[in-house]
Amino acid sequence: MSRLGLKSGTLAIRNGRIIDPATGTVSEGGLLIRDGLIEAFGEIEHGVFRKSDVVADARGALIAPGLVDVGAFAIDPEAASAGGITTTLLMPDQAPPLDAPALIRQAASFPQDALTVVPFAAATRGLAGREMAEIGLMKRAGAVAVSTGREWIADSGLMLRLLSYASAFDMIVVTHAEDGILAKGAVATDGEMATRLGLASAPAIAEAMAVARDIMLAEETGARIHFRQLSTARAFDLVRAAKARGVGVTCGVSPAHLLLSDQAIGPFKTFARLSPPLRSEDDRKATIAAVRDGTVDLICSGHDPRGPEAKRLPYVSAEPGMAGAETLLTLALTLVKDEVIDLARLFDLVAGAPARLFGLDAGRIAIGAPADIILVDDGTPWKIVGEKLAGRAGNTPFDGLPVQGRVLKTIKGGQPVG
Amino acid sequence: MTDAEPSDNAPSADFTLPEGIHPFPHRHLTGIAGLQPWEVGFLLDEAEQWIALNRATAKHDDRLSGLTQINAFFENSTRTLLSFEIAGKRLGMDVVNMHAAQSSVKKGETLLDTTATLNAMKPDVIVIRHDASGAVGLIADKVDCPVLNAGDGRHEHPTQALLDALTIRRRVGRINGTVVTICGDVLHSRVARSNILLLGTMGAEVRVVAPPTLLPPAIERMGVTPYTDFDAALEGAEVVMMLRLQLERMDGAFVPSPREYHHFYGLTRERLGRATKGALVMHPGPMNRGIEITSDVADDIRQSAITEQVEMGVAVRMACLDVLTRQRRGVEGWA
Repeated sequence: MSRLGLKSGTLAIRNGRIIDPATGTVSEGGLLIRDGLIEAFGEIEHGVFRKSDVVADARGALIAPGLVDVGAFAIDPEAASAGGITTTLLMPDQAPPLDAPALIRQAASFPQDALTVVPFAAATRGLAGREMAEIGLMKRAGAVAVSTGREWIADSGLMLRLLSYASAFDMIVVTHAEDGILAKGAVATDGEMATRLGLASAPAIAEAMAVARDIMLAEETGARIHFRQLSTARAFDLVRAAKARGVGVTCGVSPAHLLLSDQAIGPFKTFARLSPPLRSEDDRKATIAAVRDGTVDLICSGHDPRGPEAKRLPYVSAEPGMAGAETLLTLALTLVKDEVIDLARLFDLVAGAPARLFGLDAGRIAIGAPADIILVDDGTPWKIVGEKLAGRAGNTPFDGLPVQGRVLKTIKGGQPVG
Repeated sequence: MTDAEPSDNAPSADFTLPEGIHPFPHRHLTGIAGLQPWEVGFLLDEAEQWIALNRATAKHDDRLSGLTQINAFFENSTRTLLSFEIAGKRLGMDVVNMHAAQSSVKKGETLLDTTATLNAMKPDVIVIRHDASGAVGLIADKVDCPVLNAGDGRHEHPTQALLDALTIRRRVGRINGTVVTICGDVLHSRVARSNILLLGTMGAEVRVVAPPTLLPPAIERMGVTPYTDFDAALEGAEVVMMLRLQLERMDGAFVPSPREYHHFYGLTRERLGRATKGALVMHPGPMNRGIEITSDVADDIRQSAITEQVEMGVAVRMACLDVLTRQRRGVEGWA
């Protein structure tokens, strides 16, 4: 497959199963790429293959749109392409924080051969939660949304003005949902595990409290709000009810919160120290239920590669976060295996829906669309090994987990990556 | 520490060492969690042997002569450090204290770098206290010698629980079936956690009592009965274990005032009357007199075992140092 791509000319992929999240269909057939765009897909005449510059046999693999990962903390092209991600929406929590137009321009100018990087603008200067950043100018510089970063904005007045102001620029506000005052100092969620380990913890309602306030403010201002990662039953109930009222609210979840509970942090596993923290088994089940019933709009990796200097520390001192880009699809595929959702819905959650939500030309298989395509083997078993992950760091709480299905090839703009 | 493991607190009827089982197969003592009842019993029996020596004029036994003990205290401590130091010296060890709370660790060196440095000095046992839960376990994985936990964050303080158990066993005559009420700041207390685990393992009935703000979430899942009413928690108690109100942690407004705390959770002579006659009073120290305990209760040697706890502490630490170094010393049966 290494020679299959061409900047110009035609590339044909045959003998695959095409996932089209937009129509919710899976159909056998092939795909034709010309000059970096999708020219045709589905049942393609044999003659077309013969005439193509390069022909690849998918051997029954899934042909799907490249993943659109919402809210990664690092530009990590190796991890992204290994995981089938072709577009990364970057969190503003960089050094320095993306709180000025020039910084947004710089982040957005990342070479797009392997990965499109779309920055979120910091909602407040320095992400400090005190003064609004230059949201409008940052939009002009290439930001698609504003984000509160890792933190929740405690000042309700500021949050009200932020939502109101951002809505004038049609900018979604992406927020971290955790009442920061209630959760101050906490490194785990309240429960038996935190108590046994003697870890400072906060009640899971810290999330719902933040969600409740922010939904009310969004409703008041008519703004659009996106909760980057939710993890508790109470929060999903609030989102469910708000959606039913027509509030412009959406939310994401991560595979970690779908597959792991707070049991995974014992004994003091810093790779399982995440933000939001891993929750109770009941909350984990509620997260799956929220995916099933459509309350959840997208699944994101929360990709936050951390080296040993941030993780080889006592649990309390370790930084939260996991390397998630490479395993995002693999782990999310368990939802299909467990019959929570079907394949087409899964690819909508990881590609179609995030692209639509943030207005990106990605995440779809359509004539004329950019040929950001992945080939996926959805069957073969393998084992996640943190040390062998392709990205910057291997801090995964799934180290050693046997899984099924993985990305075979990532094609970005018609060009194979990696 | 996972659900898959048997409960740490399931009272076990069997406190005797099963045939063919090693009396203490652990390399380190990082916590009470995971210890079997006969292992706890074994350590207590071993400790019992050192009490007489400690009371004698010549308090020396050279069986650990030539070995080096490092006390690495990343958190300030006076009594625990002293207790470990005396225990090591009485067994003939070269004891060095590292007051890491004022050392290069504070200058940005990581804990594991410090650990590697300590390890390179070839100690035969390291005693560690650290203010982060789990830090001792992290270090234990990286060194070549046994590690003894002298308190890690809010997590565990196993030798404290052992010395408390030894005190109870000597004064009450048993641990199994004893009703023990633990009162005070359970939330921040590693002493409480280790005691809950140990007493549960040994078949005691454990109650914890505190204002709700100082009771950890889901504490009942550790096999104890939580109370907020001290008087009710004292009914029928044979042992009343008071915890220190950690005034330095009170900036989070866990209790309105020391005065109010004393009113509802202070152990007074009158309140002690609700427990069984002659109930044993314990406190890990240092005490806030007049807050969690009144002086007339604390100083009543008929009921208070507070100084005896300190005495048992040396014996327990001698036993732990001896047992954990047996493999290195090539003691028969400890290969």
